[in-house]
Amino acid sequence: MLESILITIATAATPLLIAAMGELVVERSGVLNLGVEGMMIMGAITGFAVALTTGSVWLGVFAAILVGAAFALIFGFLTLSLVTNQVATGLALTLFGLGLSGMLGEGFVGRPGLRLGRIDIPFLSDLPFVGRLLFGQDPLFYVSLLLTAAVAYFLFATRAGLMLRAVGDNHTSAHAQGINVVAVRYLAVMFGGACAGLAGAYLSLVYTPQWVENMTAGRGWIALALVVFASWRPWRVVAGAYLFGGVTIGQLHAQALGVAIPSQLLSSLPYLATIAVLVIISRNRRLTMMNTPASLGRPFVPER
Amino acid sequence: MRTKTTFLALTAAAALGLAAAGTAEAQDDPTKACWIYVGPIGDFGWSYQHHQGLLQVEEELGDAVETAYLESVPEGADAERAIERFARSGCDIIFTTSFGYMDPTNKVAAKFPDVKFEHATGYKREHPNVATYNSRFHEGRYIQGVIAAKMSEAGVAGYIGSFPIPEVVMGINAFVLGAQSVNPDFKVKVVWANTWFDPGKEADAAKALIDQGVDIMTQHTDSTAPMQVAAERGIKAFGQASDMIEFGPETQLTAIVDDWGPYYVERVKAVREGTWEQIDIWAGLAEGHVVMAPYTNMPDDVKALAEETEEKIRSGEFDPFTGPINKQDGTPWLAEGEVADDGTLLGMNFYVEGVDDQLPN
Repeated sequence: MLESILITIATAATPLLIAAMGELVVERSGVLNLGVEGMMIMGAITGFAVALTTGSVWLGVFAAILVGAAFALIFGFLTLSLVTNQVATGLALTLFGLGLSGMLGEGFVGRPGLRLGRIDIPFLSDLPFVGRLLFGQDPLFYVSLLLTAAVAYFLFATRAGLMLRAVGDNHTSAHAQGINVVAVRYLAVMFGGACAGLAGAYLSLVYTPQWVENMTAGRGWIALALVVFASWRPWRVVAGAYLFGGVTIGQLHAQALGVAIPSQLLSSLPYLATIAVLVIISRNRRLTMMNTPASLGRPFVPER
Repeated sequence: MRTKTTFLALTAAAALGLAAAGTAEAQDDPTKACWIYVGPIGDFGWSYQHHQGLLQVEEELGDAVETAYLESVPEGADAERAIERFARSGCDIIFTTSFGYMDPTNKVAAKFPDVKFEHATGYKREHPNVATYNSRFHEGRYIQGVIAAKMSEAGVAGYIGSFPIPEVVMGINAFVLGAQSVNPDFKVKVVWANTWFDPGKEADAAKALIDQGVDIMTQHTDSTAPMQVAAERGIKAFGQASDMIEFGPETQLTAIVDDWGPYYVERVKAVREGTWEQIDIWAGLAEGHVVMAPYTNMPDDVKALAEETEEKIRSGEFDPFTGPINKQDGTPWLAEGEVADDGTLLGMNFYVEGVDDQLPN
């Protein structure tokens, strides 16, 4: 049973992790995109629709990534080229995505979708206890962990990652050094959109293979909160996503076991746990300041 | 599909118009009927079924009616704003279709005495222009309980609840009573999702229940996710609000289907003809407001028993809440042969004996 619980937790945490990882890169470049929910739901409908019409789940996944990135490009154009307010534009993107996906998805309601099957490695996935957990999950579970490793490596061990962080910390200095601030941010924003799209596809192709309006149900916002929770460090996002997923699943099991705690309290536990950790982390002011991208949310207009 | 029905409706209306030509039938403004939904119309559950009712009104009343709806309106302060907006925008009748819209509906109704308000599943009618309507879903839940006890090998069913409100508690109780009529030791495990609609969370709740050993799944939340999880894990399940057989061709035993269309047509017509009156209607299988989806994936004897139970309830021969029934703690509630009155049911805040859960306050 424990194995099954852990697998359920991984399923709950994976979409949060993927979406948050994308947003982490965006915020590290100094841009705050509140449109994660909107890009995610666009990914969900695209993935579902493409998979169902073409019969190929992977095609659905790639289409979701592309649409997520394209949707982010709208945000990028507005905030980076036209220098609109990032908060307002991000919120608008979320509302736009929720509405547009509902409209596009009208014909797909009530139709069972395709499922991205889990990996099955002979022998390894049959190992007792850890087999299914480590070697028998859906492919995107592994992608989410590889993505984390890749982002961590990119940000802290490559020159390009250093440039991106420089842009996020002080865009004026970065500009003075000859870094194309706007171009870097465009790329970061599109990467964030691609990740959100992939996370959406995870919902409609792995988590619950169906299309229903608003099926993201606020997961984009949780992903946004996780970035802050993780103080913009990739591996801490993993910890946050799994803590959140773990408490969510744990409280459902506690209820099914008949633990005598009001279910409303149990349901709010994931949020309470997140807040508690956040408070503990932010007690160290200096470390928090060090990790927060100093230019986060500040518009940049290159001088000519 | 939809353009086709609209076209048919239009031609029908034209034919009627021709027939009525020369009579005194006035061509006045269309009646504006408006709906507020708690979920998206694409949830394929609760809100979807209400929207099917709206479509039926459009189809049957044609040009005589103009419709509007707002979906995914959160219960609470937002609901009040949404209802008020509709009232200001010239709606003649507003259907508010979730329990949590009860107070907002009555508040707005006080300000707009000329607009008719119809609140689903509530019990407050504080103004003469507020009616309430509901369906006896618990009749269907009793039948599901009977089937569950027959089909379950573990003797435990999982029940995904939304919020611990009377409507949902009543459903759990009816399910348990039905099950215990077959197997007195039958148990129900309840998990509260604390949401009406979150496919992911509903799926997680279903997985948790299955991991805890239930082999029948039933839900009082609005998405098809639990049905899908049940299908994946190879257990049986009941659909909710819509016929969800597509999501579990070998899983769904039956589903309680809400058929609001006939009621909506009747009420909108009443507004149009000026005969609308405040009512409190609570109709069930007998009136056709609650319909059972085909009984599938079960042996013939279980099917026969389910049909027999359905017929008994429909004919009024039997009521699911007929004594002797004890409360959860063992204290007597209904004596032998005693039937619960509607008031008690609509305010139900206690479990009957046999529910394996603590009711949240």
